[in-house]
Amino acid sequence: MESQTRLDLYTQMVLIRSFEEAILQNYHADKKPLWDIGAGLIPGEMHLSAGQEPVAAGICAHLSANDAITAAHRPHHLAIAHGMDLKSLAAEIFGRQDGLGHGRGGHMHLFDPTIHFSCSGIIAEGFPPALGQAFAFKNKGSDAVVVAVAGEGAANQGAFHESLNLASLWKLPVVFVIEDNDWAISVPKEASTSVVSNATRAAAYAMPGQRIENNSVEEIYKAAGIAIHRARSGQGPTLLEIHTLRLWGHFEGDAQGYRPDLEQVPTHDPIPAYEQQLKQEQILDDQLIQQIRQQANEQVTLAIDYAKASPVPDPSSALEYVFC
Amino acid sequence: MAIIDTTNKVEIKNQTSSSRKLTTAKAIVEGISQQMEADPSVFVLGEDVGAYGGIFSSTTGLLEKFGPKRIIDTPISETAFIGLATGAAVEGMRPIVELMFVDFFGVAMDQIYNHMAKIHYESGGNVKVPTVLMTAVGGGYSDGAQHSQCLWGTFAHLPGMKVVVPSSPYDAKGLIISAIQDDNPVIYMFHKGIMGLPWMVKNPHAIENVPQESYTVPIGKAKVVREGSDLTIVTLSLSVHHCLDVAEEVSKEGIECEVIDLRSLVPLDKTTILNSLAKTGKLIVVDEDYQSFGLSGEIAAIVAETDPRMLKGPMKRVCVPDVPIPYARSLEYAVLPTKERIAEAIRQILL
Repeated sequence: MESQTRLDLYTQMVLIRSFEEAILQNYHADKKPLWDIGAGLIPGEMHLSAGQEPVAAGICAHLSANDAITAAHRPHHLAIAHGMDLKSLAAEIFGRQDGLGHGRGGHMHLFDPTIHFSCSGIIAEGFPPALGQAFAFKNKGSDAVVVAVAGEGAANQGAFHESLNLASLWKLPVVFVIEDNDWAISVPKEASTSVVSNATRAAAYAMPGQRIENNSVEEIYKAAGIAIHRARSGQGPTLLEIHTLRLWGHFEGDAQGYRPDLEQVPTHDPIPAYEQQLKQEQILDDQLIQQIRQQANEQVTLAIDYAKASPVPDPSSALEYVFC
Repeated sequence: MAIIDTTNKVEIKNQTSSSRKLTTAKAIVEGISQQMEADPSVFVLGEDVGAYGGIFSSTTGLLEKFGPKRIIDTPISETAFIGLATGAAVEGMRPIVELMFVDFFGVAMDQIYNHMAKIHYESGGNVKVPTVLMTAVGGGYSDGAQHSQCLWGTFAHLPGMKVVVPSSPYDAKGLIISAIQDDNPVIYMFHKGIMGLPWMVKNPHAIENVPQESYTVPIGKAKVVREGSDLTIVTLSLSVHHCLDVAEEVSKEGIECEVIDLRSLVPLDKTTILNSLAKTGKLIVVDEDYQSFGLSGEIAAIVAETDPRMLKGPMKRVCVPDVPIPYARSLEYAVLPTKERIAEAIRQILL
């Protein structure tokens, strides 16, 4: 792989982590001493994607703004890597007027038509609309593709299986990605899933399937490149399962008492590991690391400041946008 | 141009006159066909919409005319293909997606009410979802509890979808064209009993003059289908015709009913209902959907919130009581809003 590509992957992951850390900090800043999920600058459930940055960086490196992504309830890493404006994203998470959905959506319901990005808070239900975007792209004669992403818990839902069948039947330009972070909230994969690797399920729908181990951004990049090329060139869908890491809780406030490996989790953080690898191969040095982190933090700070300065939506406008 | 009717194996010759008699099914097909000619982004998908022509003839002849790229048979996979319609609409297409029986909504409701209906709102108006979810409703032919429901109240209860319910061939064509042109998701619910199907008892009103040219009927405007001064009957779909028949009967006794065909539940034309009630002071709602927590209660609430004194006496509801639709004909007709039940309600309300 080219050094610049590797640097780009690293830079993307750092930006995502910087954003998630800022949201984490702001989310918890004013929920003490009495925890109230609905209180504070950022109200509601918050599913952060720390640890899953390699998935977003490795896949989105192959996409342009013409390609679509459908994400799930944990969408920030994919939104950022696909090029979503950080200010509009942050403002929506803060529930402000200048957010993507003018405060109607929230962090699980992000829609950005300029980059064909959407997400759904209902497990596996982002897959069927992905079929329709792919259908429309194919119909237009465009070579755009859709990457449809959800967690390993989604692979036991009917919508997932129906979507694989239809995508394969109609040779739609979709890449299905299962982010296996081992946990569906508190239920481990081995307690929910009849197969060790969801990639084996691809065979049932006559499409290629591949599992990528170790949360390796470069392995993800390579596998995604093959799958996306396959979709773009009209050969139909692929199913990828990526073994990734949920570095934090299912949502903020999750004490994760069910997780026996809790103390070990931070040692699997993919960003320091990749940083170390690139340093050893002399693609990164401490100065460059500082520079990349600083640039990321500056972008994120601007976005958070923008969100905080944006007006709270006028209560009298709550009924707007039900219909066109 | 000649349309081959694959159901009846009869060729309907192109006529020079501006209208000819069409069944509701043919009127719907003609509306879809004209919109497909006008707009290449319109396509149809669903179960058996292609070679079969729609189980209730709502797509008959379209495959022959537009080919399999625009008239698409799907697997029995409602979650996947209704979701597909939403995604295609998000990218600028105008899908008409058929849910064969509305009763099947349960296997795909998440795609309907959480996705199709909510994306425009959640996106703050940035993403439009111009889909038509076309579906068959209604009973009366012993299809049992899972194939005979109307359920329009269920969809009207959930925000984000227009709910359109035609009762006649003329309205069916104008409303399907309006639905396809609408930038919002529209659920378009046709009653099997008004389609004019050759294999089911035909309501005589299921065939009427329909203009040949493309035209629209506005969504959200009720129609006073019979004027009268003694009482107001608010109804929709097949029940409109039952009410009109009964109104003619009781007219011989000197009772004049005003009959309102709602034509859509969302938006609901409150003005037409209230104007009529202000005139008559007496209200009957005839609804083939379940009675409780539905359309009839909603209309009662609108009256109560506006001015309960408009009612000169208790209102009446002729609905399906809260029971699954029975199979045996004797039982099914005991719960449907039949002419006998409507006539009985009229006599009671005028006591």
